[in-house]
Amino acid sequence: MTTLAFLILFAAVVIGYFLNRHAAAQIRAHGTRLHSLVGFHGLYSALLIAVSGIVVILLWLMLQGSVIDRSVMASLPPGVLDGLDKGQTALILTEIKSIARGQVFGTPEEWKLAAAELLKERTAAARLAMVVIVALMSIALMVFARTRVSAEFRARHGVERIIYGLMIFCSTVAIFTTIGIVLSLVFESIKFFRMVPIQEFLFGLRWEPQIAIRADQVAGQGAFGVLPVLLGSVVIMMIALVVAVPIGLFAAIYLNEFASPRTRNIVKPVLEILAGVPTIVYGFFAILIIAPFLRSTGASLGLDVAPNTALAAGVCMAIMLIPFISSFTDDALSAVPRALSDGSLALGATRGETMMKVLFPAAIPGIVGGILLAVSRAIGETMIVVMAAGIIAKLTINPLDTVTTVTVQIVTLLIGDTEFDNPKTLAAFALGMLLFVVTLFINILALRIVRKYRELYD
Amino acid sequence: MTDTSPSSQTGAGFDWTSDAYRERLRKRRRSELLLRMAGLVSISLAIGFLMLMLGSLATTGYKAFTQTHVTIDVRLDPALVDAEDVAGSNWRRVMQAAVAEMFPGLEDRALRDVRAILSDGATFMVRDRVVADPTLIGSVLTIRVPVSDPFDQLNKGTVDRNTPEANRRVSDAQIAAFDQLVAAGRISTPFNWALFTSADSRFPELAGLKGAFVGTGYLLLVCFAIALPVGIGAAIYLEEFAPKNRISDLIEVNINNLAAVPSVVFGLLALAVFLNWFGLMRGSPLVGGLTLALMSLPTIIIATRASLKAVPPSIREAALGIGASRQQVVFHHVLPLAMPGIMTGTIIAMAQAIGETAPLLLIGMNAFITAAPSTPFESATTLPTQIFIWADSPERGFVSRTSAAILVLLTILVMMNALAIWLRRRFERRW
Repeated sequence: MTTLAFLILFAAVVIGYFLNRHAAAQIRAHGTRLHSLVGFHGLYSALLIAVSGIVVILLWLMLQGSVIDRSVMASLPPGVLDGLDKGQTALILTEIKSIARGQVFGTPEEWKLAAAELLKERTAAARLAMVVIVALMSIALMVFARTRVSAEFRARHGVERIIYGLMIFCSTVAIFTTIGIVLSLVFESIKFFRMVPIQEFLFGLRWEPQIAIRADQVAGQGAFGVLPVLLGSVVIMMIALVVAVPIGLFAAIYLNEFASPRTRNIVKPVLEILAGVPTIVYGFFAILIIAPFLRSTGASLGLDVAPNTALAAGVCMAIMLIPFISSFTDDALSAVPRALSDGSLALGATRGETMMKVLFPAAIPGIVGGILLAVSRAIGETMIVVMAAGIIAKLTINPLDTVTTVTVQIVTLLIGDTEFDNPKTLAAFALGMLLFVVTLFINILALRIVRKYRELYD
Repeated sequence: MTDTSPSSQTGAGFDWTSDAYRERLRKRRRSELLLRMAGLVSISLAIGFLMLMLGSLATTGYKAFTQTHVTIDVRLDPALVDAEDVAGSNWRRVMQAAVAEMFPGLEDRALRDVRAILSDGATFMVRDRVVADPTLIGSVLTIRVPVSDPFDQLNKGTVDRNTPEANRRVSDAQIAAFDQLVAAGRISTPFNWALFTSADSRFPELAGLKGAFVGTGYLLLVCFAIALPVGIGAAIYLEEFAPKNRISDLIEVNINNLAAVPSVVFGLLALAVFLNWFGLMRGSPLVGGLTLALMSLPTIIIATRASLKAVPPSIREAALGIGASRQQVVFHHVLPLAMPGIMTGTIIAMAQAIGETAPLLLIGMNAFITAAPSTPFESATTLPTQIFIWADSPERGFVSRTSAAILVLLTILVMMNALAIWLRRRFERRW
């Protein structure tokens, strides 16, 4: 039905275009000068129909589901929903929906079957209504646009206004995305904090997001203290930075000051390749090579190394961050005015002294900004840690132990079932909120430092 | 101070050959050298990591590009194959008989062990062949079928024959039978076309990337169809039309921040909005494409703005001067000139989107699906999520298949980036 609606819309757009174009051409053929070219008259009709049609279809599809759900739930015989909380009501709705899809398990009650039948009827009716409305609206707009064709009609202005509006809409998509992220995280987190108190989440020392199947089970409560998870993220991030920052810095210093143009032309693209490798490849590399290597090295040193060490994940993440840090450093060093290094060299300093005592200190704000961005990437990085780090939260800073991270927990909590009524899945949104806030804070700080520094020399 | 080195102020009477000076010079040169060495070591470490990564992927992955096959003769006995209902015949019995014929004199239990050499898919391959051509019934069908994963590994040398039998997945008797087949010339290792032509499977020897290719294709299509127009529209507005005010600033800051939001957060957004609120199909390339479109928007907007900015103002002024409207200036003159840069940026953004995994896991694109999707609206996997599924599978054959899939993914990425570079070289104009 949706396809049909789009087909009707498409046909209306094409017909409207040629109708208006033809009408405008007729007027011109009679010797009257038009304000706008005939193509604009056609486009005016086409855009009018297309934009309003697409808006109606999308809005309809967005709202149809919840409206029908509500009407079906309202039509249930009185009494069956008494004494049920929101989660159980949602469960009944899910059951009705699956019956309507034809997946009947066991023998559902009579009223559920009736409700499923009703759901099917109303959905079909709604779809039909959408097609009819789209068709009627398209015809109405087509007629409207056609009546406006005249020699004086400023079709081009109309078209440009519509396109202007569309462009404004496009540039607000980014804002809507941010709003969408914030709202969805906030809403689901609020639901979560209704079940788990916020202070327990922020300051708890145990993270065991298992959900009890029976109320009397041992450890049936589940614990949602985020500190061990956060500590895991920090441990892996620190390992990554300890490895990546010196390598990245020295590589950038060499490339910026010592390397011949030829070396530069070879090494820079290679580093870019390293930056372009998808992170899942790094993750697989960690479990294929780095983790076994650490294990055997640890065993030969008599150390007990866990299979999913923080070290393996951290080292792998470091490899990912090297090109990031080195390119930021390179940019920061290049942004220092030539006069500074020329002056230093003229005083007799060696290239190395110029670099370490003049260029590098001058570039430090930019470099710090870059490192901060690397920190936020390391905390937000997901696939490497999902594959290489563990899923059990331990309050430890031992790099040879298994730790878990915020991103790993988000993924493991949400893989598989996603019923939105238990703290387990909602906890992922609370973690996401935490992640979003922390990375946003670091990013803003980093961008501010970088910008301020740029103004210094511009 | 002044009496020990009075001449250092002027430099005229300085003793350039004194030991103290030479010592200092040596120190300075040494630290210079150290800095250079540190740089070189760092660069070689970075390159070394890349080489190690590619090398290890290649050495584990190349094996998956061939697949051990065994040629078997299947007697299509009319007593066993029902001509009326070919597909419904007892094909297990047919295959059993075929194996028994190859190894005469083996008792039932030993025979069952030997049968494990054939992949589980072999039965279906024989069945499908006969269903397609029922005239074969009554003849002997010679067909090449894949062997199961343990024997594929045995043939490729990843199973050590010297390990104790209990620690191996293949028994001594099975190895003997396999060697017999090798001696009979029935074993061959042709190129593994199944890796590209079949979808996912529980059995490594049957698993392929077709579903992932189709899923990634649909996903990129959706992503491209949404991100490109929206990105260009936003960039044109911000670069050419937007008044300099707080709202424009807000949009700019927003786009920059969005570029740095962790990808997994976009997955949460997609889960809450696209799946839960809009009720779109879980795991469909449509949802994945929408999510990745939002993620690649900042990249496309930034690249588009840069290439719009690179078009010199004289072009705009000339067009305005002969009476074009501001939009005509942009759409007829500036945009076509900026197009190569925009396409380069878009291809790079798409290359980033191809490798993105985390948000796709959250919207359920890591389901086990044995058929390629036929529309963007049904559940599917993509290349990176397929890699993730295979990396999680315990069978040995999936290790090399994961590496092979990564090599395929990297090849696609290299090709896309090469295309972007070529576009830039070919069409870029310096003004």
